[in-house]
Amino acid sequence: MITINVNGKNMRVDSDPDTPLLWALRDDLHLTGTKYGCGVSLCGACVVHVDGKPVRSCTTALSTVVGKKVTTIEGVDADRIGKAVQAAWQKLDVVQCGYCQSGQIMSAVALLKTNRKPSDADIDAAMGRNICRCATYVRIRAAIHEAARSLA
Amino acid sequence: MRRVYLEHGGAPGEARIENESRRRFLQGAAGLTLAVYLPGAVGKAAIRTASTSFEPNAFVSIGSDNSVTVFAKHLEMGQGSYTGLATIVAEELDADWAQVRVEGAPADAKRYNNLLWGPAQGTGGSTAIANSWEQLRKAGASARAMLVAAAAQQWKVPADEITVSNGVVAHATSKRRANFGQLAAAAASQTVPAEVALKDPKDFKLVGKHAPRKDSLGKTTGKAIFTQDIHLPGMLTAVVAHPPRFGARVTSFDATKAKAVKGVVAVVQIPTGVAVLAKNTWSAKQGRDALSVEWDEATAFRIGSDEIMTRYRELAKTPGAIARKDGDPDSALAGAAQKIEASFEFPYLAHAAMEPMNCVVRLNKDGTCELWNGEQMHTADQGRVAALFGIAPEKVTIHSLYAGGGFGRRANKDSDYVLEAASIVKASGLNVPVKMVWLREDDMQAGYYRPMFHHSLQAALDAQGNPVAWKHRLVGQSIILGSPFEAFLIKDGIDAVSVEGASTLPYQIPNLLVDLHTPKDIGVPVLWWRSVGSTHTAFSTEIVIDELAVAAKKDPVDFRLGLLSKHPRHAGVLKLAAEKAGWGTPLPAGKPGERRGRGVAVHESFHSFVAEVAEVTVKPDGSFSVDRVVAAVDCGVAVNPDVIKAQVEGSVGFALSAVLYGRITLKEGVVEQSNFHDYQQISISEMPKVEVHIVPSGEKPTGIGEPAVPPLAPAVANAIAAATGKRLRSLPIETELLKA
Ligand code: FES
Ligand code: FES
Repeated sequence: MITINVNGKNMRVDSDPDTPLLWALRDDLHLTGTKYGCGVSLCGACVVHVDGKPVRSCTTALSTVVGKKVTTIEGVDADRIGKAVQAAWQKLDVVQCGYCQSGQIMSAVALLKTNRKPSDADIDAAMGRNICRCATYVRIRAAIHEAARSLA
Repeated sequence: MRRVYLEHGGAPGEARIENESRRRFLQGAAGLTLAVYLPGAVGKAAIRTASTSFEPNAFVSIGSDNSVTVFAKHLEMGQGSYTGLATIVAEELDADWAQVRVEGAPADAKRYNNLLWGPAQGTGGSTAIANSWEQLRKAGASARAMLVAAAAQQWKVPADEITVSNGVVAHATSKRRANFGQLAAAAASQTVPAEVALKDPKDFKLVGKHAPRKDSLGKTTGKAIFTQDIHLPGMLTAVVAHPPRFGARVTSFDATKAKAVKGVVAVVQIPTGVAVLAKNTWSAKQGRDALSVEWDEATAFRIGSDEIMTRYRELAKTPGAIARKDGDPDSALAGAAQKIEASFEFPYLAHAAMEPMNCVVRLNKDGTCELWNGEQMHTADQGRVAALFGIAPEKVTIHSLYAGGGFGRRANKDSDYVLEAASIVKASGLNVPVKMVWLREDDMQAGYYRPMFHHSLQAALDAQGNPVAWKHRLVGQSIILGSPFEAFLIKDGIDAVSVEGASTLPYQIPNLLVDLHTPKDIGVPVLWWRSVGSTHTAFSTEIVIDELAVAAKKDPVDFRLGLLSKHPRHAGVLKLAAEKAGWGTPLPAGKPGERRGRGVAVHESFHSFVAEVAEVTVKPDGSFSVDRVVAAVDCGVAVNPDVIKAQVEGSVGFALSAVLYGRITLKEGVVEQSNFHDYQQISISEMPKVEVHIVPSGEKPTGIGEPAVPPLAPAVANAIAAATGKRLRSLPIETELLKA
């Protein structure tokens, strides 16, 4: 048993320490908002925050997050920026299939935490490794600007 | 027995409990059904308050809690079908958009069939809105009429004095008002009207206006449920070892190491490989990786994609089966003033939906079976699973969930992944539900690709610059052969989807031949891929027509318009896109050394018409960016303009990935790509600005999930030609060719 802190709560997980955080979240804790897309850090569908920083949970061993704070899409609205990003996403109807969007939102929230007024180039740099097969990129960009405006 | 329906957009773990008798009621009743939601408790599931629902037909249910539930017979895979279908119902019902929710309908060939497919339920060919338009307008209007009749009876006033607006039923003179929920029980006892009047389109309040997506909330909070997210009591997760080559079979396997992995419960052989069942996905994957399997490759397909293309080039030298012939193309070519000859090559493409294929199957003790799936071919999958278990199709219930993309892959003509999941349950004999998941590598290497194609074209102009001859030969595997659609779509040896967009060339050219070779000895499974035949036919035809324009020294837009006098909807989108893009005005220059160009293409697919103008910048090293795409679309009545806009934006990006990177190759029959590092997708920085203009139309609505894909690649190629003078012949585009 390993105890990790997810969305502000301590949770016990019955998995080996080297299990990727992704599968512990999804299969043990049934926090299924974090998605599997590639398993090898290529797509960004699995992005969560560890101590506020974006990480790819598919290649993050469970043992490395012990004692740290994990935030998933299910808990991101506890924070003002998280709420603003979700609201912008809803206002602009960014989603299509939606499967990549938890990861997109987590990456966008992480960007806005360190950069309150990102330029298009900042967005390209921060979001460049989050694939959306539905190519909702036009609206992802617009929603990040929208969230930045609403937070200003 | 109670069943648990996972609700789209509800919190995970939340479920709606329905009494089994409701479904039976529904099945037995042709029109009107009174359904009762019974409170109960399963685990920690949150239970809705008991309510009486009014279900005037198979598509809408109104609860006494004032909720309007629309049952969507089509898959929501991102294309906005749930929102579009609900918009139609809500329009005629005069519901308040906020009270409307959507639920995936179960499999039912009688009530939920695709009206364009006969007695089969499924989603594809951009038909969701097209086949549902009248059906759902009537469904909404009948429900409205019954609510009005109930109010008239209760209030003792004439029905024609009652108004309905935004979910409120009212009678002005008596000042009576009620919401739908208050009238639901009384409405349920009204007669279903035989005929209902539909609205005059000028009175539409939702259709053509902005109705926000119904899936935005669930999909931005992590609460939307996909197949991947299902967890059932006692469920095991299965990961499968598939053969390295198509057509290989298991000879033997050693599961010792796999079984030693913590969490692995069983290892079973199935017709398509060896499945490892475990308590969770990670254990199943590790178990699968620890397996050693001997494959019998005696009947496996062992040829590489380069060799396949070499064969296609040879085939292209000989005449094929004729798909269309007008006039006498050979004589016209012989006597022409100018000729253009070009051949084009297209690779296999994987769908690579963001959610890899997966399916949950449970066999119940009472002999029924349940599937949880992002279900795209309801009745075909239902029938095949039923046959596998030796039960009647109606014993197989399908819980239709959101799909994390599809692009055609989930509408598998052989039910491949669904049957694989069911086979695991059958082989395991474990009596527990199984979630079969494909990892990205499995998904990419499992085949069912957009077929490789070779096109050769010859076209000619007379001395005045008018096109006089067009010969177009295509070589590629048939998608339809061996599928349930064979009887409808293969005539005289021509698979209609191999030549769609080529045999339907809209341009007025008096002498025209389109012929086709369909090689049948290629063992690579092929499938429809978002916009199907038009993925390749739009490219070759729109490039050659552009070359003809240049050869005739005419403007590419004017040249096309001159040949489209019998095709006003093509002409309409072409003019609109050109105008909005500033066609004919100079493009701002790029940085020193950069070459810029603008290109256009127009194409009809699935009865929708799309023109796109692309602006590109080509750098000295040959790499290029697509900076802006202006699209004009005519898909009839625009049910939900913002969803249409989103589909066009997404189609542009989806098509651009294929232009820049898309290529599945085989070496001696083994697929060489495995994940997103070698099957790359565009990222946000490569996404062009997209502007979408919708042609106002009173024509019946047609689809928009696919039709904006085909024009992108030729518009980009024509823009590159305008910038560099180099004509492109193959996809993906080799930037080497574009070096300054
Ligand atoms: S699943 Fe982690 S980056 Fe793709
Ligand atoms: S919304 Fe479908 S992959 Fe991004």
